[in-house]
Order: sequence, then C-alpha cells, then structure tokens
Amino acid sequence: MNVTQATRLVAEREIRVKLRDRTFLFGTLFFLLIAAAGTILPPLFSGGPSTVAVTESLAAPLRAAGLEVRVVPHDRAAERAVRDDDVDAAVVTGPAVLAMDDAPDDVVKALSTQPTVRLLDPDAVDPVVAFLVPFVFAFVFFITSQTFGVQIAQSVIEEKQTRIVEILVAAVPVRALLAGKVVAGAILAFAQIALIAVVAVLGLQLGDSGGLLSLLAPAIGWFVPFFLIGFVLLAAMWAAAGALANRQEDIAAVSTPVQLAVMLPFLAVIFLNDNATAMRVLSYLPFSSPTAMPLRLFTGDAAGWEPIVSLVLLVLAAGAFLLAGARVYEGSLLRTNGRTSLRTAWRERETIG
Amino acid sequence: MTRTLRLDGVDRSFGDRQVLRNVSFEVSAGRMTGFVGANGAGKTTTMRIILGVLAPDAGEVSWGGATLTRQDRRRFGYMPEERGLYPKMTTREQVTYLGRLHGLDAAAARRSTDALLDRVGLGERADDLLETLSLGNQQRAQIAAALVHDPEVLVLDEPFSGLDPLAVETVVAVLRERASAGAPVLFSSHQLDVVERLCDDLVIIGDGVIRAAGSRQQLRDSYTVPRFELVVEHDAGWVRDHPGVTLVELDGARVVFDLPAGTDEQPVLRAALARGPVRAFRPVSPSLTEIFREVTQ
Repeated sequence: MNVTQATRLVAEREIRVKLRDRTFLFGTLFFLLIAAAGTILPPLFSGGPSTVAVTESLAAPLRAAGLEVRVVPHDRAAERAVRDDDVDAAVVTGPAVLAMDDAPDDVVKALSTQPTVRLLDPDAVDPVVAFLVPFVFAFVFFITSQTFGVQIAQSVIEEKQTRIVEILVAAVPVRALLAGKVVAGAILAFAQIALIAVVAVLGLQLGDSGGLLSLLAPAIGWFVPFFLIGFVLLAAMWAAAGALANRQEDIAAVSTPVQLAVMLPFLAVIFLNDNATAMRVLSYLPFSSPTAMPLRLFTGDAAGWEPIVSLVLLVLAAGAFLLAGARVYEGSLLRTNGRTSLRTAWRERETIG
Repeated sequence: MTRTLRLDGVDRSFGDRQVLRNVSFEVSAGRMTGFVGANGAGKTTTMRIILGVLAPDAGEVSWGGATLTRQDRRRFGYMPEERGLYPKMTTREQVTYLGRLHGLDAAAARRSTDALLDRVGLGERADDLLETLSLGNQQRAQIAAALVHDPEVLVLDEPFSGLDPLAVETVVAVLRERASAGAPVLFSSHQLDVVERLCDDLVIIGDGVIRAAGSRQQLRDSYTVPRFELVVEHDAGWVRDHPGVTLVELDGARVVFDLPAGTDEQPVLRAALARGPVRAFRPVSPSLTEIFREVTQ
C-alpha cells in the first residue's frame, strides 16, 4: 500500500464519520433552508404591481402600465381608499399621486414620460448587487473554511487524545494521515457548498431572478479553484494547529493564528471592496485571494491574466503550507504530554516518517 | 528461514535524558518473549522504536536479517501502552479500518474482523459504539485491533493490564496461537507472575540498559543460588545454626535457606532426619520477581 491508498482510506473514514454526525447534517440542512428561503421568498413578498384608486377619466394610462386599477367616483373617494389602506396609491386631478408614506415608483412611472437612456458601460453592476456579492463570497469562504478547518483540527486532536494515533503512525506514513484529513475536509466543504449553490440557483430561477445568475456565473467559475486551493492552505494550518494541542480544550489557544489568517482577509475584503488599490493587493495575497480575485473578476476590474497569476501564487503558498504543516504535524503528533510549542514541533521530528 | 527480530545497539535520548543505552536483544520466531522493567526503565520507548513510532538516535532494528522497513512494520501487530480507539465508531468498523490500513483488502478485513471479535468474545457487541463498551471490553477490542491483519510479529505493551482473569486467559490463548504459528511475540508486563507463566524468553531492562536476556530456564539457572525448602515435624529453628546455611524464611516447622554455591545439601537433610521425621525437602527455583530484583538492583 502506498501513500495515495493510505490517504484514500483515511479520507474515506473521515467522510463516513462526518456523514453520520448529526451536528454536521443539521448544519447543512439549515444552510440549505436559508439558501432556499433567501432566494425564493423575497420576490414573493415584494408583492405584485401597486393597486391604484382613480376616477375613470384618469385610468387609461395606469391600465396600460399593467397596474391594478380601482375606479372610484371622485377624488375624495380615491383619497379615502388610500387612507383606509384599501389601495397602495391614488391618482387625483392634476394629475397628482397620493400615497401614505412611500412613493409608488410604478405609478409615477406610468404617468411620466421618460427620456431614452443609452448606457455607455452596460456591464457595470447594480450597486446593491455589487455590495452583496462580495459579502456572500467572503462569507461562504469564511464560514466554510472555519467550520471544516475546526473539524480537521478536532479530528487530529481526537486521534491524539485517544492515543489511537500511535497505532495509525505505526501502520501508515504520517503524511497520509494529514493528506487524508485535508482531502476529506475539502471534499465535504465543497460538496456542502455545491449543494447550497444548487438550491440557491434553483431558488433564483423559481423566484425569477435569473438575470443575477448570468452575471455571477464567470465569478463563480473562478471562485471554485480559488476556493479549493485556499481551503487546502488553511486546512494544512488547522491540522498542524490540532497536532500541537493535546486536548479538545486547547483548540482555541493553538488555533489563534489560524483564526486570524481566516478572519483578517475576510474583514479586509468586506470593508475594502470599493477600494481598487486595496482589492488589487488583496487579490494576490494567498489568504485573501480566494475571495478577492473572484470579486475583481465579478466587477470586471481584473484583466484576463490576473486570476491565473494569483492562482499560481496561491498554489505555491498552499504547497509551502502543506509541507510546513506536515512537518509540524509529524513533530507534535506523538507528544501527548501537554501542548507542544511550534518551535519544538518544527525542530524535532520524532517519527521515522 | 528463521525470522528473528533483533535490536542492535539502540540509543535514544529525550533532551538531556538518555532513556536507552546500547539496547540489544532478540525476539525469536515462535517464542513468547516477556519484557520486564520498572516504570520508566525504557520498555515503551523500546517498543515504539521497534514500531517506527520513534526514531532511534543510534543503532538498528532488523527483521529476518535485514533492516526493518515501513513495509515490514505494516505486517507487525502493535498494542501501545496508552490504549485508544475511536470512541464514536463501532468496534467492527474500526477494527476493519485498521485491518485495511495494514494492507488488507475490504473483504479480507471484514472476514478477519468478524472472526477475531468472536474469538475475543466481542461478537455480540461488535456493532456498538466503542465508547459504550466497558473498559475490559475496550481492551479486548484493542487486542483485536492489534491482530486483525494476522501480523508476522507481535509487539504488545502491557497487553494484560485492565483485563479480568477470564479475559487474560482468552488473550493468552490467542497469543500462544500466534507464537506457535511462528510469530515472534514480545510483550511487556508489570505482572511478573503472568510473565513467568507465559514467556519462553525474558528480557529485563533497568534504567535503559538491558540487564539480562535469555530463555527463562537459562536465566533461572544463572541467577540461582542453591535454595532449599525443608519441612519437619516440629520447630525447624535449629537449621540456622547448621554450617553454611543462610536463613531466608522460617515459619515454625517450615524453613527456606540458601547454601553457598557448590555445597552439598544432603548433610542438612541427614541432620533433620536425625532429629525426627522430615515431611518435605526440595530445591526452590527463584521466582521471576527475585531474579528481577537481583538484576535491577
């Protein structure tokens, strides 16, 4: 049996155990419900066209605009209908639009003549969407790498704490143990996101917001490789952090640097996403590029070669962190007397390999 | 081909503390070798080095004449001192998993797991989560985990600790089976009486140095001062005044005594007969505990 086969066995076990874990299953279900609710419900709640109370003489353009028209005998009746909350708005002689607290755009539009609009930059993104999308990308990466990262660390600690690690290390190379956990974490994380994405896409189509989808598609396409490699980078750190701890209780203490490596890029992307220079820098830094680069692609700021360079940098960083993580992992896995310092773990390789 | 596990000049330090010094011994095929020593004498470190869980600073472990490789070690069965399996997996599942990690294919791992769990008396609990089993049963599961891949060599650190007498017998039977099938079996234990009953060969370690090694009988012979037990009708107190006798134990009519090496014991018997009836007179072999005390002092 070689390292690959051993890695596969380890990964299979991790996945099998996780798929039986209630917390994981309920968590996934919860995210799915949110995705479904978030995409299907808003269009339903925003209601149809406004209802308008109006006298017959003014009704024609409103009917033409597809509004729901209720004909009233005179302007006073129209106003009363608004006050009684029977209709959203009324149009009275003038013409003037009456409404309680919110000007009904569709009614105003039906009564106005609009100039022809020629967009010179038709690809520019709706500001609301432009605000939401970075948030969603950063959030998905943050939550997923955090959740699955912690689980990788916990799984490492469980093996240390129960001492089964000694049997494992005697049977398979330490590298295979580490790789199996990272692979299993990446597969589970990716599957969970894919499932949520499918539900969200179906929801968008049901809710008739398909336009947003075509806008997002290229950014999502790039998000996938960035996400996967970024995840491997963080997973290597989580596994090493787990190996330094000795009990589940230690996990918070040993994982602070990893938490920061996840948190700071997340916050940076959220708060600096309208600062072009900052985003350019963030889109090349290995920890923030998984969210920042797909974003710049989404807003159309990045040239075609940029994601490739950034991805190469990310792959190199992930490779380096995997090697470093494996070294720390090997150096601390069998030290079961209290927490191991990073220095000791780095310097003193214990096992034969 | 005789397959012998050999340690040659193994050194190991942790920081400034040297825990193993030039450790050399053999575990022969088909023999049960007991490994005894006080706490901290270096038993666990030695076993970890055999399994490649720890690297030696110097020296070598060989198997069948060649340096031990990872591939060889995969066919070893190991039971570490600190026990542990996955608490949230069933016994069947994790023993199968460990079988596969040791190179069995899925079907073979399942077959071997089922057979072994029955053998150690866990057949009915095989599908319970490990954490729901009693400590004794977890220990049985641990033994199954060490044996699932039908190992060529067994290295067991304190395999009997935590077992009830019935389970000890089961495990002893399983280990004997493996030894008679030709596997070298190395096991450590604090229970010297168990080791004495079980082992063919013995390795005694003290402060990281091998103090004695060899077959049980050989050790007994070389560490024996002539010792005798005499039981007479009345008080045996007079024996202490017999020339050459060193009294070990006196209990009314029963006495245990040593004689200088090469001394004839018959004069003592004749003197006893002259005083009255003799109920028993026999040589006493030193127990392992006594040998152990002597070589580790």
